Amino acid sequence: MIEIRGLHKSFGALKVLQGVDLHIPLEKTTVILGRSGAGKSVLLKHIIGLMRPDRGKVWINGLDITRLGDKDLNEMRKKFGMLFQEAALFDSMNVEENVAFPLREHTKLSEKDISRIVAQKLEQVGLPGEEKKMPAQLSGGMKRRVGLARALVLDPEIVLFDEPTAGLDPPMAAAIEDLIIETQRKLGRTFVVITHNIHTAFHIAHKIAMLHEGRIIEEGTPRAFRRSSNFVVQVFMSRGEEKEVK
Amino acid sequence: MRKVWKTVNIVGEKVAKYIDEMGRMLLLLLDTIRWSFSPPFRLDLLFQQMDRVGVRSVLVVVLTGTFTGMVLALQSFHATRGFGAETMVGVAVALSMTRELGPVLTSFMVAGRAGSAMAAEIGTMRITEQIDALFTMAINPVKYLIVPRVLASIVVVPMLTIIADFVGIVGGYFMGVTVLGINAGSYVANMEKYVALDDIYHGVIKALVFGLILSIIGCYKGYTTTGGAVGVGRATTESVVLSAIVILMANYLLTAAMF
Repeated sequence: MIEIRGLHKSFGALKVLQGVDLHIPLEKTTVILGRSGAGKSVLLKHIIGLMRPDRGKVWINGLDITRLGDKDLNEMRKKFGMLFQEAALFDSMNVEENVAFPLREHTKLSEKDISRIVAQKLEQVGLPGEEKKMPAQLSGGMKRRVGLARALVLDPEIVLFDEPTAGLDPPMAAAIEDLIIETQRKLGRTFVVITHNIHTAFHIAHKIAMLHEGRIIEEGTPRAFRRSSNFVVQVFMSRGEEKEVK
Repeated sequence: MRKVWKTVNIVGEKVAKYIDEMGRMLLLLLDTIRWSFSPPFRLDLLFQQMDRVGVRSVLVVVLTGTFTGMVLALQSFHATRGFGAETMVGVAVALSMTRELGPVLTSFMVAGRAGSAMAAEIGTMRITEQIDALFTMAINPVKYLIVPRVLASIVVVPMLTIIADFVGIVGGYFMGVTVLGINAGSYVANMEKYVALDDIYHGVIKALVFGLILSIIGCYKGYTTTGGAVGVGRATTESVVLSAIVILMANYLLTAAMF
């Protein structure tokens, strides 16, 4: 379980997070929704300890990670997998080396076992037999699949997704959404997804929270979220629908 | 008066920015030293960087050293011929190469070839979130990316300097003895008489410091890159220019301290 209380973060005069309170349930997919520049990525970076808050707490399974030192934070990060917006694959390594990287760094598995696990993870994300390709040879969607395979390779308890469908064409975006749903169902892990895409949110979420002006202004199941009386949420949803129609 | 204040303001801001940057660079250096002594020690990454920074720079260093030695011989031959001291050409070449030009030119070449590559590579990793990805995979980027590059540079720049010294002296001998016809015996005898091992040692110590400077600047500029592809280009250029300036300043200080 992830619990965030009173999280504040500013960059100079710019107040990005102004008291975020959020409960992220175990073994479900929670989507944090918000327009571009709302501070979603900043919030995600606080969850994995890449940023330290000015004020507030982040508890992961009862442990306040804002108080952890570098060493403990590193240990805690091993429980996480993260898929970055552009996948952040290491471009000097091929697909196999990218996916195997966390295994080689953190386990003492034999090369044979590593190859077996990598092949299995690539199969899981729908890219069997692509081990030897370099990231430059992959499409945006394929990169994200490889990124997901790398994020899952240590069987993390929590998987974070930073705008997993941004910049993809609609069929590819839908395929990535389906992959997230299927993977979450199969593994039963805690998924946290940030997106500005309302359709992605409704497609994959068990819970949706909306971040606006540094605070969570609405949260609930997709059904409850649709019925929200919050004006900003309504406008966001209607604009999302309009955009989709266009 | 207002114009004067404005100028003072602008200059002050620039100075403050440079001091701030130097401070950050120093902090990165301290972090690098700390992680250098923290196990596990990644010899594979160190050897990989020694290959990239060192082995792949050999050709350019050999060419630079040889032609520098040759031109030194040519210039000092013309300067000494007037008073019959041509046999001192070897001394001039050897002292210039070992004390100054060997370490400085080698470091410039490595800064241009490998230091800029460090800034570009790490800078690209920064803007494409690969460095954040390392953090999320519980791998410290300073240990994984910067420590091997800095250690490799400290080891290989002195080695390359010795190569540059050697080929420079050989180039000078070729020019002086073979082309200009200076007596080979007195050329070598004078060199042996006036060039001490300390001259070579001091040059090598300088090279070690320059290796540290060019690598930490290259890594720092890459690590702090912002602003997309333009930012990577800027970081690369700045790393070479700043490395050259700091190497020349350090060269003066080291020379004043050692000779």
